Amino acid sequence: MERTGLKRTSLYVGGSSPGKMLEARFYHEDCVVYDLEDSVAADAKDAARFLVYEAVRYHRPPEKYVLIRVNGIYSPELPEDLEMAVRARPDALRIPKVEHAEEVRRIDAEITRIEKAAGIPVGRTELWCNIESAVGAVNAREIAAASPRVAALALGAEDYTASMGATRSKSGFEIFYARMQVLEACRLAGISAQDAVFSDFRDREGLAEDLKMTKGLGFDGKTVIHPSQIDPVNAAFTPSAKEIRNAQRIVEALEAGAKNHTGVVVVDGSMVDKPVEIRARTVLAQAKAAGLL
Amino acid sequence: MILKKSAMAGTLESSDVMITVTPNDGGGIEIDLRSDVAAQFGNAIRETVRAVLEEMEVTDAAVTVLDHGALDCAIRARTRCAVCRGAEAKYDWSREDG
Repeated sequence: MERTGLKRTSLYVGGSSPGKMLEARFYHEDCVVYDLEDSVAADAKDAARFLVYEAVRYHRPPEKYVLIRVNGIYSPELPEDLEMAVRARPDALRIPKVEHAEEVRRIDAEITRIEKAAGIPVGRTELWCNIESAVGAVNAREIAAASPRVAALALGAEDYTASMGATRSKSGFEIFYARMQVLEACRLAGISAQDAVFSDFRDREGLAEDLKMTKGLGFDGKTVIHPSQIDPVNAAFTPSAKEIRNAQRIVEALEAGAKNHTGVVVVDGSMVDKPVEIRARTVLAQAKAAGLL
Repeated sequence: MILKKSAMAGTLESSDVMITVTPNDGGGIEIDLRSDVAAQFGNAIRETVRAVLEEMEVTDAAVTVLDHGALDCAIRARTRCAVCRGAEAKYDWSREDG
């Protein structure tokens, strides 16, 4: 299987467990996140660094986008995490609880120093910034634009709601503002927008409802915490046969219109204007990336 | 690295390995391996442990390896971690450069 470039699902895998790291190779997630942070006990951070290094540097799944989530920006673990993680050559580092653009610039400078020392092309290591607080949500635009390394923002809903004094609900109305902040910041910066985890992995109906919101708003993908969530989330972000056919008809009509110098193109009684064309071309690009075209 | 104390890394979970290193002054490298797949992979496992010790410049160590089907990368990672813990030293990641 080849890499698709899609980032529909990113699955966290604990950096303490060789078994789980091995299993993750065989699921269908587009992105795998080897975790050094929350899933690793304080007295096992050193062991996780060695395991993740070996896994990513020498045994990375070639068809997946590979990330390493490092410990927090103000954690004493971060300097050594960065020394290891950059040298492991993942596609990106995932930085938890980013709140200010300056934090991104500081990490960017540190990564640049390590890339130079290690003989890695400067800029190779991308960043995914987790937005997990009210401050982070308010500053999302500046964070997204803080460095050319920033390839995605990812919303962390549990910490965000805690910072707001809100209660997490399955409807997700309490994170609507943060979702929009993250989305708009990503669209302005031209980077990927990743939605929050749906925590109750046994609730398939709840996940389906949540995905309607995620997809409808315009996110590119979603973080998952359990392998059972991968297929439904991938499916939600993959165009249906009907959507693909409609998009093809629109693009075909536009091309015929251009050839015949027709001023206005109409499909099924509706005018095809620029937003319709953009949506159609996006659907076709997603379908192509998913191997459906 | 010089081992200052006995130290352990890893777990007894499936696909993992528990490595214990103990100072072995002047005794060289001694490896005690227990694995269900020792007959097939014992030599390869010992070779991996020995290679990591050599890379880390450990010349005297008694090593116990309790293997539960670990891949080479896990054996390497656990051995490195046990050595650093035993030497009470942080790993210098710049050793990976070049």
